[in-house]
Parts: sequence; structure tokens; C-alpha cells
Amino acid sequence: MAVVARRNPLMTVGKYAAILFYLTFALFPLYWLLKISITPDQLIFTEGTALWPTDATLENFGKVIWQTDFLRFFWNSLIVSLASAAITTVIAAGAGYAFSRFRFRGQKLVIALMLLTQMFPLLMIIAPIYKIVAMLGLLNSLSSLVLVYTAFNIPFATFLMQSFFDGIPKDLEDAAMMDGCTRFQALRKVILPLTLPGLGATLGFIFTAAWSEVLFALMLIRSEDSMTFPVGMLTFVSKFSVDWGQMMAAGVLALIPSCLFFIFIQRYLVQGLTSGAVKG
Amino acid sequence: MTQATTAPGATRAHQRFVWAHLIEPWLYLTPALVLIGLVMLIPLVVGVSYSFQAIMLLKPGQAEWVGFDNYLALWSDKKFWISLENTLVWTFGSLFFQFTLGLGLALLLNTHFPLKRLFQAIVFLPWAVPTFLTALTWAWLFNPVIGPLPHWLAAVGILPEPFNILGDPDLAIWGPIAANIWFGVPFFAITLLAALQSIPSELYEAAEIDGASAWQSFTKITLPFLAPMIAITVMLRTIWIANFADLIFIMTGGGPANSTQILSTYIFTTAFKKLDFGYASTLAVALLFLLFVYAVVLLALRRRFVRV
Repeated sequence: MAVVARRNPLMTVGKYAAILFYLTFALFPLYWLLKISITPDQLIFTEGTALWPTDATLENFGKVIWQTDFLRFFWNSLIVSLASAAITTVIAAGAGYAFSRFRFRGQKLVIALMLLTQMFPLLMIIAPIYKIVAMLGLLNSLSSLVLVYTAFNIPFATFLMQSFFDGIPKDLEDAAMMDGCTRFQALRKVILPLTLPGLGATLGFIFTAAWSEVLFALMLIRSEDSMTFPVGMLTFVSKFSVDWGQMMAAGVLALIPSCLFFIFIQRYLVQGLTSGAVKG
Repeated sequence: MTQATTAPGATRAHQRFVWAHLIEPWLYLTPALVLIGLVMLIPLVVGVSYSFQAIMLLKPGQAEWVGFDNYLALWSDKKFWISLENTLVWTFGSLFFQFTLGLGLALLLNTHFPLKRLFQAIVFLPWAVPTFLTALTWAWLFNPVIGPLPHWLAAVGILPEPFNILGDPDLAIWGPIAANIWFGVPFFAITLLAALQSIPSELYEAAEIDGASAWQSFTKITLPFLAPMIAITVMLRTIWIANFADLIFIMTGGGPANSTQILSTYIFTTAFKKLDFGYASTLAVALLFLLFVYAVVLLALRRRFVRV
């Protein structure tokens, strides 16, 4: 009876309407980005708001890649994001392991401190960071960004890594240590291989976060040579505000690495976002 | 574990205890703590101290201590109060729709239908789009020259004619809010879905046998089970959204006429464009204080009304 009642046609129609709504809502803005990026320049003003372009071209992508600095911005961002992700993951793996396997004095305090760093407005430290970086002579350098992004992401990555370590039975390393390994050897030879998916997911999360950070990058990087993609793109937008096709082609390019990493980490999204629910 | 009856054995056991409980964990933690301390906690203290100084990079010269002058200036700064009001509209406007749509999506994903995995990947995608790109894309969507939204809004009678709402002081804030909703729905959907999946299915079966309607099982089983997760997620998300300046800074820069200026964008523009670090830090301390009060009030309410 109940099953029949639940299968009533109105509910089914409503459900598929909801599915369609969410799909459209998620995809439409991205579709529009792609659509304008392949619309030929001479058609943009006559068909800018039409749902389909009557003609398509890859010219905008060619121009963005060969005639502007975007390739360098892309490269800079790639270096910064990969370096931040790699360093953060290694450091956070250590900290997450400590939280997962040890009970020690001061543990609650350290956890509270890490949670605190996720709550206060990061903009609060933008001025001091600028001054410190300037004092060290590291303005306009990619390494300053790597350092800042690494520190910002460590707390979240630590909680994420902890949740992965918690999922691995403690007996495994106990057995290895019984056989004469030191704890560090057990971690390296037994536990880390089992955490590889977790390490990969953490890399993906941090890469995505570093790839899209814009405010600190704007503050610390002002020379064209070392601009990251977001900074370069915002500069481009304020300079050439009517080159719609090229701007959106650049946008599509910025989307590629994020999408690749997203496909890779989306299996771990639930774990990532709930273990470090303090961060989006 | 270690049965130490003789003195040397006891010492060895003691050494091992000291090593495992006092020293070893810190070896794993040190790199993380050093970086967090150097890059976040020390600058945090320095930032608070800036709020008592006059530091303007455009007016070189030694920074000087000015006591509470910055705070007095803040109290009589009209722009601060406008930003505060806008922060509330921005935060709760975004939060309400993110939460409602996110809950709907989580409930939908908790049912069965064909190609669900693909659907899930697609609807979570906005979360992965870099925020600067989200901001630019939505700014373009609201542009009547290349975006469809003004024309649609005019067609259904919300706008008298297709113009860019980002240029209209009364409506501009809804532009970044729309972008924020798009970006934030996946986060709520994911966390709520995780909570939904932890509800034991026996409860629903029992309710069904007892003849409960779908609506009754939703209000009597689903909601009470989700409540703790909802409370914590909403609280943390409020703080996160209030701090989130990227979308507004890129879409409107706080304009027109400060109609979209929220506290966090005000902090950023004061530091980034005016290079007035003293006042920017004062604004930041004020924001921190307000968020702290909010958290304390919410926790107190929770203790009072939610019996655990």
C-alpha cells in the first residue's frame, strides 16, 4: 500500500522536475561561458544573448594562448598550486597522523588552535603578511604565495588526513612494530601505501583551493611576470573589458585544471567536506 | 602492558612512556605548528596591534601609536555601519537559499533514480569552479549585452527593462548573492547528505508499517536526526560567508555607492587600494569581535534549547 502511495505519478513528475532544475542551475552558467568563448567576435553583439550561436570558432582560444600572457599566468598558477598542495600534504600527513595515533598532553589545545585558524577572518592578517613579506624582500615572488597557501591549508588538510588515518586499523602498525620496525618505518612502509587515496584527495583539495585564491595573490603580486591566473585574469578584464570572447576563453582554460582535480576527488568530497566542515 | 618489576626495566618502560607520550607526537606536529604559528598566529597578533597604530603606506614615515583613535573613527564612520547592514543581508540572504536548495538536493540524492552518480558529479561541480571565475561568469550573466538574465527578468516582469542589476544600488547585492548560492549549494548538499545516510533505515520501515505518511516521517524522523548537523553547519557557514569577500570584490567592488560593500570587502579595499593598514586592521578586529559574539550567543542558545 505504502509503496503504491509513494509511487504516485505526481511525485514522480515532481522528482524529475527537481532533477532537471538542479541540472540546469548547475550547468547553465558554465554552458554560457563556453558558448560565448566559441562565438565569433562579429556575432557577439548581435547574438550575445541567444541560446545558441549560429557559428562557432576556436579563434578566441588561439588568441588567448598565443597573443596574451595567459600561458605564463597559467604556468605560474600551476607551479604555486602544485607546490602548495605537495608541501601541505606532506606536513598535514604528519600532523594528522599525530592526532590519529597519539593521545598526548596539549592535544586539545592544539586542535582548538587549528580550529581557531579556520574561524577568524583571514583578511585580518593580510596587512601584517604584506609587511612581513615586503620586509623579507619577497613581494612579487611565487614562493611567498606558496608559503602563505601552505600555512592556510594545513589545518583543514590535517583534519582530512586524520580522518583517513582513523580509517586504518591500528593493529597493522602494531604488528609491524612488533616485528622490529620503528614507528616511522611502520608509517612509511605499511600505513602510507594504504593512505595513498587519502593523500591524493588531500592534494586535490589543496590544489583546488590554491588555484582559486585571489585576494592574497592580488595583494602580494603586482608585477606581470609573476601573476597567477586569477590576478592576470582580473587585470585583463579591467584592461580589455569588451573582448568578451577572449575573456571567456581564458575562463574556460582556468576551469580545466579544477575540473580534472574535481573528477579525481569527487569520490572523497563527502569525507573532505564533513571532516573539515569548517572550510568550503 | 610492560610488567616492570625490577628497577632497570621500570626505567626503560618509563623512557618509552616519555618518548611515546611526550616527545614523539610533537615530532610529527612540529612542521605544521611552526608554519601555522609563523604565518597565521603571529601575524594575527601583529594585526591586532596595527589597529592601535596609524600605518599608511602611502604616507611614509614611522608608524605611530594612536591608542583608540582608529576605533573612534570607526564608530563615526558611516561606511562601516552601511557595510555592517549589508553584511547581514549578504550573509543571511545567501545562507537561506543555500540551505534550502542544499537540503532539497540532499533529499533528492538520498533517493534512487537512473544515472544518479553522473547527476551527483554534475550538480557538485560548481563547488570546484574557482571563485574568481564564478564571480566573473555571474557578472557576465547579469550584463545585458552578453548575458541572458536581464532579458529573462524583464520578460517575466521583475525588471521594467533589461538593465544590469549590478549597477542599481537597490538590487546590486542580489547579484553576488546569486553567485554565492550557485557556489554554496553543493557544500550544504554534501554535508546534509552525509547526515541523511547515517539515519538508520529501520526507523523509516517501522514508521511505514505504522502507517506514517511521507511528510510525517520527514518531520518526525529526518528533521530531528538532521538537527545537530544543521545547527553546526549553519553556524560555521555563517562565519565563513561573512568573511567571504571574493565574489563581491570582483563583481561590484563594493559599489555602486557602497550598496554592496560588506565588512570583509571594506577591509580588503582599505588595505589593498588605500594601503591604510591601521584602519583595515581596526575593521578586521571589529568583524572578528562581531563573529565571536555571534558564536557565543548561538552556543548559549543551543545549550538552552537543545537537550543533548
